[in-house]
This record gives sequence, structure tokens and C-alpha cells, in this order.
Amino acid sequence: MPVPSSNAASVKKSSNVQKAPGAKPTKTASKKKDEEEGVENGDGWDEWSHGKALTKPADQLELTETELKEEITRILTANNPHAPQNIVRYSFKERSYKPISVVDQMAVHFVLEGSLLHQDSDEARRLRAKEGLAEETAKVDAGAEPDEEKPETPATPVEDGGEVEEAGEEDRPDSVASKTDKKEPKVTNQFNFSERASQTLNNPLRERTCQTEPPPRSIFSATANQWEIYDVYVEELHKQEKNKEKLKAAPSKKDGERSKKRMMLTETQSDDITKVAKATKIFERMVNQNTFDDIAQDFKYFEDASDEFRDQEGTLLPLWKFQYDKAKRLSVTALCWNQKYQDLFAVGMGSYDFNKQGRGMLVFYSLKNSAFPEYIYATSSSVLCLDIHEQHSYLVAVGFYNGCVAVFNLKEEGLDSVYKSTAKTGKHTDPVWQVRWQNDDMDNNHNFYSVSSDGRVVSWTLVKNELVFTDIIRLSLNGAVPEGPEGTQQPSIACGTSFDFHKQIDYLFLVGTEEGKIHKCSKTYSSQFLETYNAHSMAVDAVKWNHFHPKVFISCSSDWTVKIWDHTINTPMFTFDLNAAVGDVAWSPYSSTVFAAVTTDGTVHVFDLNINKYEAICQQPVVSKKKTKLTHVEFNPIYPIVIVGDDRGYVTSLKLSPNLRKKPKAKKGQELPKGPEVEVAKMEKLLSLLREPEQSTV
Amino acid sequence: MAGTGEGKKEEADYKRLHSFPLIRHTDMPEEMRVETMELCVTACEKFATNNESAAKMIKESMDKKFGSSWHVVIGEGFGFEVTHEVKNLLYMFFGGSLAVCVWKCS
Repeated sequence: MPVPSSNAASVKKSSNVQKAPGAKPTKTASKKKDEEEGVENGDGWDEWSHGKALTKPADQLELTETELKEEITRILTANNPHAPQNIVRYSFKERSYKPISVVDQMAVHFVLEGSLLHQDSDEARRLRAKEGLAEETAKVDAGAEPDEEKPETPATPVEDGGEVEEAGEEDRPDSVASKTDKKEPKVTNQFNFSERASQTLNNPLRERTCQTEPPPRSIFSATANQWEIYDVYVEELHKQEKNKEKLKAAPSKKDGERSKKRMMLTETQSDDITKVAKATKIFERMVNQNTFDDIAQDFKYFEDASDEFRDQEGTLLPLWKFQYDKAKRLSVTALCWNQKYQDLFAVGMGSYDFNKQGRGMLVFYSLKNSAFPEYIYATSSSVLCLDIHEQHSYLVAVGFYNGCVAVFNLKEEGLDSVYKSTAKTGKHTDPVWQVRWQNDDMDNNHNFYSVSSDGRVVSWTLVKNELVFTDIIRLSLNGAVPEGPEGTQQPSIACGTSFDFHKQIDYLFLVGTEEGKIHKCSKTYSSQFLETYNAHSMAVDAVKWNHFHPKVFISCSSDWTVKIWDHTINTPMFTFDLNAAVGDVAWSPYSSTVFAAVTTDGTVHVFDLNINKYEAICQQPVVSKKKTKLTHVEFNPIYPIVIVGDDRGYVTSLKLSPNLRKKPKAKKGQELPKGPEVEVAKMEKLLSLLREPEQSTV
Repeated sequence: MAGTGEGKKEEADYKRLHSFPLIRHTDMPEEMRVETMELCVTACEKFATNNESAAKMIKESMDKKFGSSWHVVIGEGFGFEVTHEVKNLLYMFFGGSLAVCVWKCS
């Protein structure tokens, strides 16, 4: 029990007991002490503070109603009516009584002594010493009169809780104090004390276990004893001796092994490099595609919007430009798309100049990497022509200026051709101007044809590891080629410069000559031409069958003209003068009426006969006129782009604007109501329409 | 074996020649094997007369280095069949007359 006033303490004690009525009864001796403390106990005080039922004193006047209601005026003043006003005091100074003006007006009606004690004061200490007993007394006190106090409780509900708690609080230290005697209980502030507690949720417990495999074990047994140990040592010593002898005998062997190891190392190292090379190649492509992202976007998505406002003309959008430093001085002499990988094309490099013959080069570019060729083959002579096998796209036939033909295999590593014709095996004596793969022969051997200035058209067959040749035809100025002795026929030899095989009729092919004639020949008759067209006044640079129409072919020449023929008629159906020597001409793969030609003045001409029979729908210089000549042109088999090569070694890719490829189709549809996309039939009809007016004029 | 003078000489020769440690059987990895072998040699040399102390030393060092629980038997003649964790067994001879078997099994 702390040090509060005894008064308060008594109140508490009583309430304490009231809450715990079963408190133990205590000795009567304690009661006396309580009284000694001057503790005013319970009854009187309590009744005073809480008014109860009205009780009247016995001597109260009985008044009637009217008397009670009568108003009696009284005035409260600060003057004390009982204070004497006539007090006099004798003044020795004046030797007379003098009234004292200031009279003490204060009257004391009620005095209540404070009950707070300083904790450390003697009195408090004394009090505390007694407390152990005092408490018990209080309980006895209260225990005697619990019934009396009960009605009080509702009047002090607020205090109740606090008191209970306090009581609980106070009891404990007390009992402890009484037990440990002199231990000072903690004094709490009884007026400002509260205790709070709450129960929190305990997280449920979980169990987690896992079973692992025990580390693997094995059993080992042996017996150790002296003779065994001895035996083992002896054996070991023998071995060691033998080893020593061996070591002496074969130090050189080890050296050999070492060098072998080194070899292995270098080999693996080179392997490492090739591995890295593949990664770097991919990386190079990525970098290039990043760098030339705008071009790639154009390639895929750009459509020249201005085409709509032009009637028929179209434009060419330059895309990538391909070049290779080591082939800078060479001109592009051949172009060919790979049919299987449509982003890959081959470029033959060499020189058309008779005076500047030298090395040549065969390079392969991919549209995906314009910076560096995919494959590079350096050759000793100018490459003049090449062809990629349609089914086996790794096989590339190449014709050289020195008359050789060769086959390169892209699959095989190495810088040389896999097949090459030699003087022994029927090599041409003059430049080979064109090569072309044919379907495999009866024995499933790959074979290709070549044409050369020496007047021979030769079939080459790839047999195991050599090229087997067969002369198909010998060209002569006279037309038919007699089988007679070669010597006599020498002067009349015609120089083939180009040829093309009919798309459908297997045996039929055309040969263009240096003299400007075009011969229609058959593979089966080597003795004579089926037809001869007096086509051009200068060498025929290219002759090509139409992709769709079986009768139509096109030819171009250095005499500035491009001519379109029906092979059944020996006069041209169309003649276009392009005002410059025509290097190459190519039919488009998507329309039978569209073709492109390149001229030495650096211009690309694109024609669509369906739209305009008289002039090109696009004439666009793609290189500077003065210095550079265009040499070749080729359509991509699926994408709407062409590649053109020039005599400075550059290959430029150009995108055809919508007018050059889309509108023609639409127009065809208009002209020919039937115009569905059944390609061959449609083209035939269209071309027969084209042919008829010509025939009528001829 | 001993008895004659020759025999004595032979014995001395034998002792000299056969002083090196000889691994009879082990499945430890190279590094561990070398370390264990050296430890055994050190222990046997240090307690040349007290195999028990040597074994104790080896066991305690192995426990420290490679984790518990290692077992060591050193003696001139004994037979055994033990279960051990694989890659944790070494059975060697040393000094021409001692066999040491060290294995781990926890």
C-alpha cells in the first residue's frame, strides 16, 4: 500500500473487501491500530458524502404549506454579524481607549486536514511500517459490514473498476512486502493508473521435412599383417625398378607425345576460332541489320505513294549497295539469285576488257548482310558467267574468260572449285559466255551447258570427280554445221555469246552469236539449226525465254536495241531502241509482260508491254552516267526487287515501285475480264493479243 | 626371418628400402589422397611408438579438414571389414610394417 491519505486508504479497503467478500478474517488487534491512525471509518463519512433518503431531525419545526411558501428575504453580506464592532484598546501613547477599526471577520466553519504525506518523511515511514497490519484491520472492518455498502456501488460505477484494479495491484506488493519484510513496494500513482492487456493470435506452427538420399557408401575389407605388407613392398620396389629402366629407354617417346599434344592443342585452337567465327557472323548480321534498319524497313514496307499520282510510270528505290574491297577494280560480269535461299545471290566478277584480263572473283552476298560477302572465291581468270543449280543450291557452275568451266560447292570448305575443265577434258578455247544447269541426266548425274566464243555449245556432266564433256553443237556462220574436219571449217565458226533453254520443251534452245544472229537449235540435232533469226547488228548480249509464254523470247544487243520475238516468226514483234548499248535484259518472274534492261549509260529500263508498248514505264539512272556502265540485271524470284551490277564492281538492289508490279496486274484484269491469276493461261492470251496486231502489220 | 647376421643385414636393408608410404587401396580424389597420406606419414613418424596417439591425431585432423566422422586404424596386423562413404577411404602401408586404414562414415 502506498502512502496516500489514510482516509482514501480506508475507502479503498472497504471497497476492496466489498469486491472480495471472502477475504480472510483477521485479528481484532489490528482494528485498534486502525483507530489509532485516526482513520475515520466508513459509516458517517460515507453517508455524508452520498445523500440518502430524507431524514428529518426530531426537533424540526412543522410548518404549514403557506408558511413554507412564504418568502423571507435575507441578505448575505460579507460582514460578520457576530464580529464585535466595539473593541477598544488602551493606547499608552494617547493615554486613552481607542476603538480598533480592523476586526477579524473570518469565521471557520469547516476544517479538513490534508492527508498527503511526503514519501520520505518520518511519518510516512512510520505509517508504512504499520501498514502490514493496517490492511488486515481494514479488511476486518469492511468484512463486518459488506451489506451496508453494497447499495453504494451503483452510485460510483466509474470508480469501481479503477478501484478493483488498484486493489489488485496494491494487494500484491503488499503481500510481497509483508513476506520480504523490508522490501519497498513500488508506489504507483493510484489516481492515474490503468493496465491493459490483450491476447494476440499465435501463428499456427507448421512442419516441413524432406528426405535426402544418404551419401553413397561401400564396403571395404582387407587384412593387414606383416607378410602381406612385406609382399606389397617388394612388389612395389620391383615395379619401380622396371619403371626406371623404362624411363631411361623412352624419354624420346614422351617428347613425341608432347608434340602430339601440342598439335592437338593448335587444332582445338583453330576449332575455337571457327566456332567464334560463326557467332561473329551472326553478330555481324545483327549489327548490319541495325545499322541499315531504315533500308530493311524500306525493303519490306515502303511503297512509293507518289505512284498513285503518276499514270503509269514507276520508280526504283535504291536499297542496299554491295561491294567487296578486294574486288574493287573488277566489273560485275554475272548475277544469279539462289532459288532456294531467296536472299542470297551470286556475283561473278571479272573484266570484259580484252586488254585488262586478269584475276576474277566469285562472291555471294545475302540481303541480310550487305557489308561483307557470305562466300568468296578468288579465281585466276575473269568470271564471265555463272549459274546456281535450282534444286541443289550449293552447286554453282562458273564460266571463265580463259575458256574453263568450273563447279563450286558452297558446302565444301576450301577456296577452289570442286570440278574444273582442263585442256584435256574439252575446255573451251575462248571465253565462256554463259553456263546453265540442266535437269539431271538418266544416271542422275548433274549436268550443265556452256556456250563460248569458240562456237561450241558443250554439255558437261559431273561424274564422280571429273567433268565429262559432250559437244552439243558447233556454230558456224553458214547456219548448218557440217560434221567435217574442224580445220577446214575454222574460218566460218560463229561465236556464241549467249543461250537459253526453253522452259517447257526440253530439247529446244536459243543461241545468240557475236554476229548478231540468234539460232534456234535442238539438243538432238547437232548438224543444223532449226531456225536462224537475223536479230541484231552487233553481238547478242542476252537471249531469254519468257517465263510464262512458251513461244516468246527476248534478246538484247550492243546495237542499242531490245527485241521481243515469237520463235515461230523470224521477225521481231517488238523493237525498243534504248539509246545505249544494252548490257542485259531480264523477264520479271511475276508478269509475262514486264522486263527490265540495263544500258551502258547507267540506266535501268523497266517495260510493261501491257501498259505501254512503245516506251519504258520507268527509266531511271541508278549510277553516275559518265563513269559507270551497267552490265547485268536480275529479278529476285519472290521479292519485288532487282539487282543491277556495274563495271566498277558494285551491285545495287532496287525496289520496284507499285506501278511497276501491281498495276499491270490490275490493268490486265480490266482488259481481260477473265483475268484471274491462273498465270500461264492468262499470259498466253495476253501475248496472243499482243502478237496479233504485230502479225497483221508484218 | 632374423637370426643370422645375414638376416639382420637383410632386415636393415628392408627397413631402409621399405620406409616409404605405399598406398594399397584408395578411392579418394587426388588432392585429398595426397593430403591424407602426408598426414598419416607425419602422425606415424611423430608417434612412432604409440599407434594409438598416431591414430588419434590422424582422426582429429581429418575431422577438422574434411568434416566428421573419420575412423582410423593403425597396426601391424589386423583384419577389418568397414562400411565407408565412397571417395573417403585410404588404406596404406608405411615404414615396412605398419598398416593404416582411414575412412569416413558418419
